[in-house]
Amino acid sequence: MSYVLQQLMNAFQLGSIYALIALGYTMVYGILTMINFAHGDLFMVGAFLCFVAAVFLKLSFVPVMLISMFGVALLGVVIERLAYKPLRQAPRVSAIITALGVGLFLENFTLALNPYPKQIPQLMSNTTWTILGVSISSLQAFIIVLSLLLMLILDLIVRKTMVGMAMRAISWDKATVPLMGVPMNLIISVTFAIGASLGGAAGVMYGLAYPVIDPYMGIMVGWKAFISAVVGGIGNIRGAMIGGYILGMVEILVVAFFPSTYRDFVAFALLIVLLIFRPYGILGKPQPQKV
Amino acid sequence: MENREDILQTVTQLWRKLMRMRWLLPALLAFIFLTSLAVHHFELLDLYIQLILMYVGINIILTLSLNLINGYMGEFSVGHAGFMAIGAYIASFLTVRVFPAHMAVWLFPLAVLAGGIGAAIVGLIVAFPSFKTRGDYLAIVTLAFGMIVKSAIENIDTLGGPRGFLGMEKLSTLPWVFFWAALSVWAIRNLVYSNFGRGVLSIREDEIASDLMSVNTKEVKIIAFVVSSFFAGVAGALFAHLLQFINPRAFDIIKSTDILIMVYLGGIGSIAGSILGATIYTVLLEVLRPMGIWRMVFMPLMLVMLMIFRPKGIMGLKEFRWFVPIRDLFASRLWREKREDR
Repeated sequence: MSYVLQQLMNAFQLGSIYALIALGYTMVYGILTMINFAHGDLFMVGAFLCFVAAVFLKLSFVPVMLISMFGVALLGVVIERLAYKPLRQAPRVSAIITALGVGLFLENFTLALNPYPKQIPQLMSNTTWTILGVSISSLQAFIIVLSLLLMLILDLIVRKTMVGMAMRAISWDKATVPLMGVPMNLIISVTFAIGASLGGAAGVMYGLAYPVIDPYMGIMVGWKAFISAVVGGIGNIRGAMIGGYILGMVEILVVAFFPSTYRDFVAFALLIVLLIFRPYGILGKPQPQKV
Repeated sequence: MENREDILQTVTQLWRKLMRMRWLLPALLAFIFLTSLAVHHFELLDLYIQLILMYVGINIILTLSLNLINGYMGEFSVGHAGFMAIGAYIASFLTVRVFPAHMAVWLFPLAVLAGGIGAAIVGLIVAFPSFKTRGDYLAIVTLAFGMIVKSAIENIDTLGGPRGFLGMEKLSTLPWVFFWAALSVWAIRNLVYSNFGRGVLSIREDEIASDLMSVNTKEVKIIAFVVSSFFAGVAGALFAHLLQFINPRAFDIIKSTDILIMVYLGGIGSIAGSILGATIYTVLLEVLRPMGIWRMVFMPLMLVMLMIFRPKGIMGLKEFRWFVPIRDLFASRLWREKREDR
């Protein structure tokens, strides 16, 4: 029993990270109906910024986190301005291929700068508590609480503020919203900044939890987060959170009860089964087809 | 000034004449095939250049087969390396374990065919989710499929698991690669310009409308997926017998992304575009090899620039005349004449 609880705890930790990244995918999709495949690599950049800030600048945890989030947010906005904005009127697929190209660029640029995997130093004292036979490290608890907090803030931003209202309006109808005086480019930039900064935060957390980082780490985690976003119903913010936690659960539970090599196999097979029964994700709505 | 325009005019006229000489294409193909036989037999070319040429051929097969689904049918499939892996493993297993060693050279075409057929059968299964889902959700299904294949192979011990599979002889030769590449061009060109091909194109333009116009969209999708995965499997088999070593990591998302890039670089819905895209990408990667790791930084930048300035790729939706059947070149004129007859 305590074994299961322990694994659930681990699943919660991994799921939090997936959910944070999935939010970036789902926000960009919701507003531009475009899959930002470079997002997983923004997450990687976040982890590397954390490494640079912690090792070379010798900063403590809070500034490291802020630097990573801010740096990645800036990068996200720059990418949007330079690569995606010229393609708003182009066919959807060219934007997706551009995103793939940007992702490859980020990976290989990081790789060209430093070809070896890096280890992130321990930034916070790590004590372990034992509750009901389940051991929880303070880091684990911290990651879960902080990511839940970030998601809560995001949810509030989207539901309660003017910016959030503008975002929802743009995702509802891109043609009419600029006529109402909404600065569309600004809102899209803000969306990219928020999504990317969440990815950066996830990068720092991932780097602290699984300390070895390398330039290609964003690919697999990025795709998994994308899958989470689709499972939850892409474009739906709460769906992305649920999807992230579901994928984290499935992965950790498969590793806990089967040989660990079956992790991807079972996770993706379950995913396909889920998509057969709910083709638009858990919280997604089928898009009306115009005839 | 006038003189220059004259020259330009004569050159364009000559070019047009050349494009009309359709017997040139088969002649050229036969010539290239014979040359490749000679090159292979007498080692006329540097082995390194031969290797690059073979990579170009294999990539042409892959790009064409993905272009059938992504370019002509307008679905977004991302797991193409999965089909390649199936073809590669089936063919390698046959030549190494099943066929007697001294017969392997003669039975190689059979092994490649078996790899293609195996991939085609799996492609049939992947076609079913495409009835229900489209766009991003189909992308996720094919992506998951690619990962499932990779992770399944990692768990099969007779295939070497994550360590990989080796022991193949170098059976992929220039003539064979050329043969299969030409076959794939021929097959997909005939497919695309047939009645069936009209169905494929109509699905890209509007699936519901084409269904209402009594196109059997399910059947079209199944056949397109089967043909596409067959050629991907063939490419995988050739790839395995060129490299003489395969492991599951060779067929992961990065490989699928490579194929996607070649398709969209060359341009969707174009056979000439696929050939161009595969050739440019493969050759450029080799030419830039002295740049070391920085070429992998340069390539994606080039791709992004291309997408910004030419979002449809080099040949997007255009076709080199030699690949269009005569009937189709003059289709509109024929149609007009017919209507006037009535």
